[in-house]
Amino acid sequence: MADNTFTLITGRSGAQGTGISWGKEGEGYREAVQLVELNPADMECLGLQEGDAVRLISRYGATEALCRPGNLPTGLAFMAFGPVANQLTGAETRASGMPDTRGFEVRLEPVLNRRGVDKR
Amino acid sequence: MQIEAAICAFCGCLCDDIVLTIESDRIVQAKNACALGKAWYTAHSRPPDLPAARVDGKSVEVEEAIEAAAILLTKARYPILYGLSSTSCEAQRHAVALAEALGGCIDCCTSVCHGPSGMAVQGFGEPTCTLGEVKNRADLVIYWGSNPAESHPRHMSRYAVTSKGRLTPNGRKNRTVVLVDVRSTPSSRFADLLLTVRPGIDFEILWALRALVLGRKVEPAGLAETGITLAQLTHLAELMKNCRYGVLFAGQGLTQSAGNQMNLSAAILLVRDLNQFTKFAIIPMRGHGNVTGVDQVLTWQTGYPFGVNFSRGYPRFNPGEFTMVDVLRRKEADAVLSVASDPAASLPAEAVQRLTEVPLIAIDTHESETTRLARVSFMASTVGIRASGTAYRMDNVPLFLKQALTSIYPSDEEILGRLLERVRELKA
Repeated sequence: MADNTFTLITGRSGAQGTGISWGKEGEGYREAVQLVELNPADMECLGLQEGDAVRLISRYGATEALCRPGNLPTGLAFMAFGPVANQLTGAETRASGMPDTRGFEVRLEPVLNRRGVDKR
Repeated sequence: MQIEAAICAFCGCLCDDIVLTIESDRIVQAKNACALGKAWYTAHSRPPDLPAARVDGKSVEVEEAIEAAAILLTKARYPILYGLSSTSCEAQRHAVALAEALGGCIDCCTSVCHGPSGMAVQGFGEPTCTLGEVKNRADLVIYWGSNPAESHPRHMSRYAVTSKGRLTPNGRKNRTVVLVDVRSTPSSRFADLLLTVRPGIDFEILWALRALVLGRKVEPAGLAETGITLAQLTHLAELMKNCRYGVLFAGQGLTQSAGNQMNLSAAILLVRDLNQFTKFAIIPMRGHGNVTGVDQVLTWQTGYPFGVNFSRGYPRFNPGEFTMVDVLRRKEADAVLSVASDPAASLPAEAVQRLTEVPLIAIDTHESETTRLARVSFMASTVGIRASGTAYRMDNVPLFLKQALTSIYPSDEEILGRLLERVRELKA
């Protein structure tokens, strides 16, 4: 991780998958797609605790998510597919039809004094 | 009442051993289904609470909505039909005919999941097999860029890892399982060999693997950026060459990462090379229940699996030009028909912006971001629960989904059939 820059991976998560059927306005789905997983060492480096709000900025857009520790290498961030991650993905497909969905750079900034789940 | 051997159409596994218990026209139990399947059955058997058709937010008769949709589509100069991954092949067939009648584009969810696999298959063919062969024969199973424990929760137990077959009588003990991914996932614990690679470097690894399989020299320095060593890759190449029957399950980690179709082309060429030494196959891990079916229908009707344009009166295929994200981003589409899909919630924000600017028609089984945005929307019955129809499993095996519950809504097939009829009348 340099300059708070991460490589963002998006994908299916169990809660996001079941949420699709129950409805995307449901709490379970909304919570699942609003999470960003980070390596615990990266979270510590940024002074983040589970449930803290972070702002993610890509070359295509920006959004906010709540962080939680995940089992992934340092410098990598994971979000479930969904409308929140879609604010960061690019619509350029380079003649493939496939937008920039995985493996692109995002800058991550802690949102001060804001937590999605207050555990303090 | 119980229904045996029902087919769950949530994901591309199409598990056909589901036992449904039905009480008062509602599914109260879906035995054998995974968490995704249970949610799908339960949510889609809730009593319908929305009008069958709406125009500008007002409840109308279905016929009135058909008329409004037909007028919007026939007035458009560059309409696009999109989605179709969670409906029947019968409905998909009508959608292709409708795109042709309109002289518009037709694209499906494939373009944003396994479109690159489709492009690679068009270029190099598909050395593949069925999941039945995997179950009965495969002694080496590789998941590359896939997390089946969360995306296809029964894939490993029904077909590929713990299942017992004719030549794999001891199930898990008869198989070696390899996972290649950029992170640890709930699937990782099933792996005998776990290779954690750096993101966006799959093509280089697959190409180096081809060289090793064919006995060529690979410099360790060439793998410096991949996250894995030459020794690890050589070990994998030996496992692949020495297995009795291998299968590579290609996930969206390959199709959606840098390289896209080149990653899949490399994977297919690797599998082709391996067939000089042993039996090896590749199967894309298809997500939605009948996204494989829409590729089949589009291919048998137009020659191409997605991203097809009829504006010249004959089908043309060009990913990047006739695919949904591109047509929206370039603001070319002037009307959109979305079927059994939710593009407003699943496409990049820049593409979604166009959906708010043009006449949008949505057909879906439930309220979604897209139906809320739509000028004309239809509620349809869910195929496999409240409607019947054909779907293709991820290994291209067609299965017939039976209706389990009654429905007050028409099916996608019925709505698209009536829309096609009316468009043809208006175009005549």
